[in-house]
Amino acid sequence: MGRFHRHTDGTVHSHDHEHRDVGDHGGYVDTGHERVAVLETILAENDRTADENRSDFAAAGVVTVNLMSSPGAGKTTLLKRTITMLGSRLRLGVLEGDIATSLDADELSGLGAPVALVNTAAGFGGECHLDATMVRSGLGRLPLGDLDLLVIENVGNLVCPAEFDVGQHARAMVSAVTEGEEKPLKYPVMFRACDVVVVNKIDLLPHLDFDMERFVGNVRDVNPSARLLFLSARTGDGLDEWCDWLVETSSRHGRREL
Amino acid sequence: MHELALCQAIVDTVTRHADGQRVERVEVRIGHFRQVVPDSLLFSWDLLVDGTELSGCTLAIDHVPAVVECATCGGATTLDLPILVCNRCGSTDVKLVSGEEFLIASIDRAKEVC
Repeated sequence: MGRFHRHTDGTVHSHDHEHRDVGDHGGYVDTGHERVAVLETILAENDRTADENRSDFAAAGVVTVNLMSSPGAGKTTLLKRTITMLGSRLRLGVLEGDIATSLDADELSGLGAPVALVNTAAGFGGECHLDATMVRSGLGRLPLGDLDLLVIENVGNLVCPAEFDVGQHARAMVSAVTEGEEKPLKYPVMFRACDVVVVNKIDLLPHLDFDMERFVGNVRDVNPSARLLFLSARTGDGLDEWCDWLVETSSRHGRREL
Repeated sequence: MHELALCQAIVDTVTRHADGQRVERVEVRIGHFRQVVPDSLLFSWDLLVDGTELSGCTLAIDHVPAVVECATCGGATTLDLPILVCNRCGSTDVKLVSGEEFLIASIDRAKEVC
């Protein structure tokens, strides 16, 4: 019987015994183990689908941004404003992920950008994130070839969406000042994963005890290279810089501004 | 929160590598910086494999500490929080050498030995 044990350095070894002749053992069956090295990433299947999404985006010439945040940080309001502000600078599309309801998708439709809704309720009672397959299921409902930029609005959640590659070119997150200064330390994987951190609701700063310097320091601690943008999606203050970043991102990955 | 989805991915990969044989143990290697709650993963595992061909199969979680190596002084630091800094000299010119693993390392298949 194969045996394995763990060493103090964390390695695990298996020691299979030599086959020994035990005389006449007709019909005698011993069970043993066979250790098979797999060494595949747990998300291999997701990553393969993400690569397929990437190929489709490349073929259509569309650049994609995965937009993430906690619930209520202002992703949808930001997108509403963005669609209006970008106007003819970029042809924008939105893939809207939500556990249930079409409320956000309804709010975004009619502004001139195509919107496809993916409800994640078909997963295990409502997945808390979009994975590459869910995104793929929505792509057929978008005119990818007619778009310059696709924003994937992920499910509101600061944990799970950070783990799943959906085939995006860039990751952005929204963090509202109402969420406090410690979020980068509490949700470091999300803050580390993002190229841009949008600090939203700055119009509320006079009413809060939010310490911006400490927040920025916390972001820098976990992600020294992230770009920080400060804005209010409600008032429109600071939105120009966000739109410029979208245009830059779009051209950096192969599309020129119209 | 996404442990059930991760477990489903583990089940799919293990089933593919099982080659029709009974699998008794699966070892996964998960880095400290991954947001996986071991208890949730084990709970999800039991839930998913119950009544399937993987029923009774053990999920072993190998937790890999997060370690950075310093380019300035050459020191190695084990981190709890993902603040990438060298504990010895304070430099932030460090490279993460472990802590982001997310692997199915191996499976133990039952083998009939005559």
